[in-house]
Amino acid sequence: MASFDLEIILSRQLAECLGTAMFITDPAGNLIFYNEPAETILGRRFEDTGPMNVDLWARIFTPLGIDGHPLNPEELPLVQTLTYKKPAHGSFFIHNLEGETHQITVTSFPLNGRGDRHLGAVAFFWTN
Amino acid sequence: MQLTLYGTRGSFPYAGEKSSEYGQNTSCVAIQDGDELLILDAGTGILRIPQSLLMNRKRVDILLTHLHIDHIQGLGFFKPMFNPNCEVNIWGPVAYNKSLKERLNRYLSPPLFPVHFRDLPCNMKLHEIGRNEFNIGNFLINTDFICHPGPTVAFRVTNGKKTIAYFPDHEPAISPNIWKADKSWLSGAELAEGVDVLMHDSQFTDVEYSTRVGWGHSTFKDALRFGKICNVKKLLLFHHDPDHNDEQLESIYQDLMQTNPVDFEVILAKESDIIEL
Repeated sequence: MASFDLEIILSRQLAECLGTAMFITDPAGNLIFYNEPAETILGRRFEDTGPMNVDLWARIFTPLGIDGHPLNPEELPLVQTLTYKKPAHGSFFIHNLEGETHQITVTSFPLNGRGDRHLGAVAFFWTN
Repeated sequence: MQLTLYGTRGSFPYAGEKSSEYGQNTSCVAIQDGDELLILDAGTGILRIPQSLLMNRKRVDILLTHLHIDHIQGLGFFKPMFNPNCEVNIWGPVAYNKSLKERLNRYLSPPLFPVHFRDLPCNMKLHEIGRNEFNIGNFLINTDFICHPGPTVAFRVTNGKKTIAYFPDHEPAISPNIWKADKSWLSGAELAEGVDVLMHDSQFTDVEYSTRVGWGHSTFKDALRFGKICNVKKLLLFHHDPDHNDEQLESIYQDLMQTNPVDFEVILAKESDIIEL
């Protein structure tokens, strides 16, 4: 199996050490890792879900706008980062897989490696 | 294919009787296959490569894992650099905003070195590498960035029959959870997979590492664990800490092998050792 790029590997090592929830995606938007604080918010362990494609993770956590309307994937900061390769920020609700509702704030940014390689994106999120 | 260990020490040269067995010079390994020669790193060990091996050579290839001083300290005194009839190819990791030439020039220029890099008489060719595959003569070389402060690569080299991997400075798991993950998350695992010989950083004991996390080096146990995960056939514990004399290295090694049995050969890299593959 091919190794991930070092920048992605180091991002996971950072995520493993953080008390802040963190997502890592590849350039196609596949969710390739989330850490323990993210597991608490999302209601599932990464070991149980494994990697997820963007269509799946953008729906499975049922994002809702502040006024309660369902959010389209393209309204999510991380999806915007993946689409435009720019940082994004926003607050919204999610229904997690345990049936709990959390208001979260997300800051996401693209991961660009040495040699101008676009490697994916990282998102940090906090419960409000 | 033949490996000759010209420098096995990490950080700085360690001269004296107490280091005469396992090595005094910093990182340098020569790989020979017939007339083909590759030099891995240019620590002070590069100065021990015999002139008979270099004298009539029109081309020399030096592959640098990174530019920390213990890996380039011998470069400025390496005789082919002063031979106008020799093409010296230096392969080193690409960085974000400074070229390989600019970065090498920091060391190879006054006041740190008397001769300007640009004034070295050889025919110098510089090659920036990252995650690459390329050929030098009969050798196929794969490179990738690995965990160590600053741009650092490791090498996988094959002549089509035998394969070696060279990881002199490597901290594979700053987070211990990485050992539980799939090996695609393990820095350098793809390069080291199934090699006949892996030369791997083993600078620290567990106790020493506890106050040096993030410095970019492995413990003896982590080197062993990395070798096991990567299914290597033989592991050379490399880049000995200058605080470890011969007696201490042997003691650490004996304890390691008694408490961590593995089903592949593990030896302490010893300066001047020749390994035939």
